[in-house]
Amino acid sequence: MPYEPVLLARIDKPNSSKLEGYRADGGYATFERVLKELQPAQVIAQVKDSGLRGRGGAGFPTGLKWTFLPQNHPGPIYLCVNADESEPCTYNNRILMEKDPHQVIEGIMLSCYAIKSKCAYFYIRYEYGDGFRSMQSAVEELYAAKLLGKNILGSGFDLDIVVHRGAGAYICGEETGLIESLEGKRAWPRIKPPFPAVEGAFRKPTIVNNVETMACVTQIMKLGNAWFKSLGVPPDPKNPRDAGSYGPKLYTLAGHVEKPICVELPMGVTIRELVEKHGGGVWKGRKAKAVNPGGLSMGFVDVNAKLKDSDLTEYDIPLDFNGPGRVACLGLGTAAVTVIDDQTSMVDVLHNVCQFFSHESCGQCTPCREGTGWMLKIVDRLRRGQGRKEDLDILVDVADRIGIMPGTTICGLSDGAGWPVKTAIRKFRAEFEAAIKSGAKSQYAKSLEVVGAH
Amino acid sequence: MGALTEDMKNRIRAFLPKYPRKQAVTLPALHLVHDELRTVSNEAIVEIAEILELHPSEVQDTMTFYEFYKGEGQKNGKTRLWVCRGLACMLRGAYELIEHCESKLGVKCGHTTEDGTITLEFAECIGACDGAPACMREDVHVMNVTPEKADALITELKLK
Ligand SMILES: Cc1cc2nc3c(=O)[nH]c(=O)nc-3n(C[C@H](O)[C@H](O)[C@H](O)COP(=O)(O)O)c2cc1C
Ligand code: SF4
Ligand code: FES
Repeated sequence: MPYEPVLLARIDKPNSSKLEGYRADGGYATFERVLKELQPAQVIAQVKDSGLRGRGGAGFPTGLKWTFLPQNHPGPIYLCVNADESEPCTYNNRILMEKDPHQVIEGIMLSCYAIKSKCAYFYIRYEYGDGFRSMQSAVEELYAAKLLGKNILGSGFDLDIVVHRGAGAYICGEETGLIESLEGKRAWPRIKPPFPAVEGAFRKPTIVNNVETMACVTQIMKLGNAWFKSLGVPPDPKNPRDAGSYGPKLYTLAGHVEKPICVELPMGVTIRELVEKHGGGVWKGRKAKAVNPGGLSMGFVDVNAKLKDSDLTEYDIPLDFNGPGRVACLGLGTAAVTVIDDQTSMVDVLHNVCQFFSHESCGQCTPCREGTGWMLKIVDRLRRGQGRKEDLDILVDVADRIGIMPGTTICGLSDGAGWPVKTAIRKFRAEFEAAIKSGAKSQYAKSLEVVGAH
Repeated sequence: MGALTEDMKNRIRAFLPKYPRKQAVTLPALHLVHDELRTVSNEAIVEIAEILELHPSEVQDTMTFYEFYKGEGQKNGKTRLWVCRGLACMLRGAYELIEHCESKLGVKCGHTTEDGTITLEFAECIGACDGAPACMREDVHVMNVTPEKADALITELKLK
């Protein structure tokens, strides 16, 4: 039986973004029930037991994060909803915001009730103008309906939601960069600890969660944990630290697929199934060469590389929180799948990737600022046909050394800058070597100007 | 005569109650001014800083982090037209599209046409990859942009 979408169930309805339509579909009944029947701690417990892990990229267990807030804090406590969605090739949050803002907002209301926050900041990237207007008018509808503001439904619970626009910088998606930007400063990520749950926005305890995470909270509180856990992948019994990959997930398809779309499926679909069945296959009847499985930061999958002791290839890995890691990618990331066909040069692809990270490094940490800049320069040399034999090893070496995992930088942007470089070169080394040997120039070698940095 | 009208100042002040600190209104204020005046001049920075009780250099410091804003001596045309150069768009013809727009408009990315109607920009992934190659007209996505579609859009914007 085909999977029946839940998070995307309403997006094709006429006026799916309006309060009236959301109400008619049972919207806010869950919030009203929870307000009457459950204590905040019970909501936290349910979300924790559901197994929900954050959808913003790191996959941190949501309920667990909420428990890191200080006990009996006098407030204020803030919720920052991360709607910066700037990981290249990712667009699932946009669809939720544009088409079903109330599903997201109900999740925000439930989460704020749970963590005892009276104020949520919804930080949305500037490039989502339609998403901003859709969210803003949904919030206004709720104030008019007295579902936001003071003493909501006579419960004594107060809540304000403020929609705040970014200004076109990827680093504002990093949670402490987001907080700095919200406070009206340069979006320079903070050194952690303290983590935001202890000291976040305006130096107060703050929870940062992704838009899709919020939509999942709505559905978990509506449909229950048994439903949520009936989908996805249970924890790996051989790995005591695995928290499982439960629930539905919005996968976005982009690049060389016939149909670039956003589909909702239970966690754990394979790349092959996603591309072949849901994306209409690789475009123009071609074959795939590489896939980026979760936003550029995650690195690349070689679709022709055989998995150990099996007939399957990297194309067959499941897109759950563990899958991409098994083939030396960073992780599931944003579950944004970009397909690269067999007629595309990996040198060009890598140049594009390096261009992005060099442009978006905030410049605070020397290894990231210099590393991303030099990686771009070296890859630019490769695509001009002037690559040197040692370039590939230098690139991998730089990529291995920058990041919070090697411990040389403040935030994960530089890890994300390193993984595509090292996976591309390790997995497609022959192609890079051939490019160096032949001295062939890329069709794009004219290079766009590299302007500034932020 | 300052850079901001009293109405603009009032609209900036209206943001203040939403935040525990005035500095948080920096981006909302910059957006408001930038959208309307197509630039944020030094004089405007001073006036924003006054409302937010900041030193002008604090507003300036924040503003210059976000390459998004045009400051003193720079000004956006009537419409800002962004062409995405992200990977999903590149795979579907973004670089060719950027070149096409540059030659059609006679300006490089980051610059404004002589008649002041269009400022051309490149963008990193704008989250419209299901419609790659994608553009943005001010803050609205335009998807599946062929060279013909770009031409029609440019003609429309020129007449605006
Ligand atoms: C460079 C960088 C960019 C990020 N961008 C985003 C983003 O656009 N949206 C997002 O939700 N999380 C992003 N994250 C992850 C956030 O820091 C944070 O983990 C997330 O918002 C937490 O929400 P979740 O637990 O609901 O996933 C980014 C992280 C890094 C290091
Ligand atoms: S790792 Fe890079 S993006 Fe992150 S804080 Fe350091 S310089 Fe900025
Ligand atoms: S890469 Fe262009 S919209 Fe995402």
